[in-house]
Amino acid sequence: MNILVFVKQVPDTETRIQLKDGAVDTTNVKWVANPYDEFAIEEALRIRERLGQGKVTVVSLGPDRVKEAIKYALSLGADEGVHLKGDGVALWDPLAVATVLAAAARKLGFDLVFTGKQGVDNDWSQTGIILAEFLDLPHVSVVVGLELDPPAKRGVAKREVEGGAETVEFELPAVITAQKGLNEPRYASLKGIMAVKKKVIPEWTLADLGVDPASVGEGAAAIRFVDFSLPPPRPAGRILEGEPKETARELVRILHEEAKVI
Amino acid sequence: MPMFAVLAELKDGAARKITLEMLAEARRLAALSGSGSVGLIALGPMAPEEAERLAHQGADRIYHVEGEALAGYAAEAHAEGAKAALERAKPDTLFMGATSQGKDLAPRVAARLRVGLASDCTEFTLQNGDLVARRPIYAGKAFGRVAWNAARPRIATIRPNTFTPLEPDSSRKAQVEKVPIGPVKARARVAGFERSEGEMLDLTEANIIVSGGRAMQGPENFELLRKLCKVLGATLGASRAAVDAGWIDHSHQVGQTGKVVNPTVYFAVGISGAIQHLAGMSSSRTIVAINKDKDAPIFKIASYGIVGDLYQVVPLLTEEFERALKE
Repeated sequence: MNILVFVKQVPDTETRIQLKDGAVDTTNVKWVANPYDEFAIEEALRIRERLGQGKVTVVSLGPDRVKEAIKYALSLGADEGVHLKGDGVALWDPLAVATVLAAAARKLGFDLVFTGKQGVDNDWSQTGIILAEFLDLPHVSVVVGLELDPPAKRGVAKREVEGGAETVEFELPAVITAQKGLNEPRYASLKGIMAVKKKVIPEWTLADLGVDPASVGEGAAAIRFVDFSLPPPRPAGRILEGEPKETARELVRILHEEAKVI
Repeated sequence: MPMFAVLAELKDGAARKITLEMLAEARRLAALSGSGSVGLIALGPMAPEEAERLAHQGADRIYHVEGEALAGYAAEAHAEGAKAALERAKPDTLFMGATSQGKDLAPRVAARLRVGLASDCTEFTLQNGDLVARRPIYAGKAFGRVAWNAARPRIATIRPNTFTPLEPDSSRKAQVEKVPIGPVKARARVAGFERSEGEMLDLTEANIIVSGGRAMQGPENFELLRKLCKVLGATLGASRAAVDAGWIDHSHQVGQTGKVVNPTVYFAVGISGAIQHLAGMSSSRTIVAINKDKDAPIFKIASYGIVGDLYQVVPLLTEEFERALKE
């Protein structure tokens, strides 16, 4: 089974977001593989291990730094990585990004495709599903459980919804977008980390993919950010200290009688 | 005459509240833009009285798409249904719910039509007749305003509980147009639903949330919070530390890799306030922090707080609330 995992590199979730010159300031950001993509990578590795055969290829689109995210996936056990050069691509636009990813998927070939359910930067939750549409595949999003029947080319996924979980029956190949809870991602082993050093990560340009730069550039972007802002600071609160009995009573009085929120 | 269309979210043939919230915002924008109208697209089985109710809630024209393919939810079939209705209605803007179903369907529709989609929007403005949407990014650590190119319709998903439904106006009428669709190849289809623990509301719909963090020390101590939840009619949440320790299921996690919530009251119990947690809950109207460490970052954003041992404070709070709410 040939499994593709599309990984995005994003600022670590402990990052304090600041603005500079009207955009999000990424100067001192620690870049990591998108947390939801970690569940996608792990699931792909487990499927390969369960079947005892197959190949997991990790693909990331963006500037040179995204190679670190690819290397991270390789250190976990992915077989190959491909870096798609992001130059000239409207990286904020999921339609543009999915156009490039779809071209890479076609070039690589696949039986199953994974992405994270959303990038924790722009929070669009779109790219994996658009990719499915562009590749003419079914998709299941926000997946927390997955069972495959490769010979029958079928699968059953559990997806998280309001108040519970839905069961979705689907045909393979398909695009699965991973939600936290799908599995428990492994840590990289020392052996894995050492092995990455020898791996060559090919770089593919839009020309290599046969993608017309004009179709995915800024001029073609369907959406764009006009500006950014930060949430206003919250006013200072009333912090109670002292005997638990009194502070508890006082807090209930405030919430119930004064603020009247409970 | 621009049309603002709403794609109804139907559950068992009835429109969910998010549909009414979207109709209210569509109505407001239609009025702002001068002579705009409000369309409603319904996919699949809908109760007969629903069309009338949706007219009362703001719809001028209803496009009801019917066909075998729409019997249960399947993204590919619903995308085809939406496309058929959009070809008839030709709206300038389409709103969908930023719900599990809306977030699953909207990218399919946007990709099929090759039009822009702004997800999870919380505010709309018209600037020289052009729509601009505001939406949280980085789970709410920042906001971005988004504009579309010239392709139509513009699509936006709207975060639930953001807009207030209109008072029903029983004098309003809507013309209903049936849009039939044929069979659609749908290779992924919902086959079942399993309700999660208890009768608590979903975190994203909850009015009051009580969340526990690392200081809960183990799964058994969440009982303390469940008791408080029961008294308050609240939903149980958790920090990433508690989820990653395996004390509680991920569906309870609040934060950047969990749910982004905006309840009226958020109780952070034994949660120090890591940045990724604050991102997910700092838009709550009132934040109450209970923590032993008076220097914990959570107190910096708390509206009210108690510095103290949660194992003493939480049972006392539960008792006091029970008494206060009984009166």
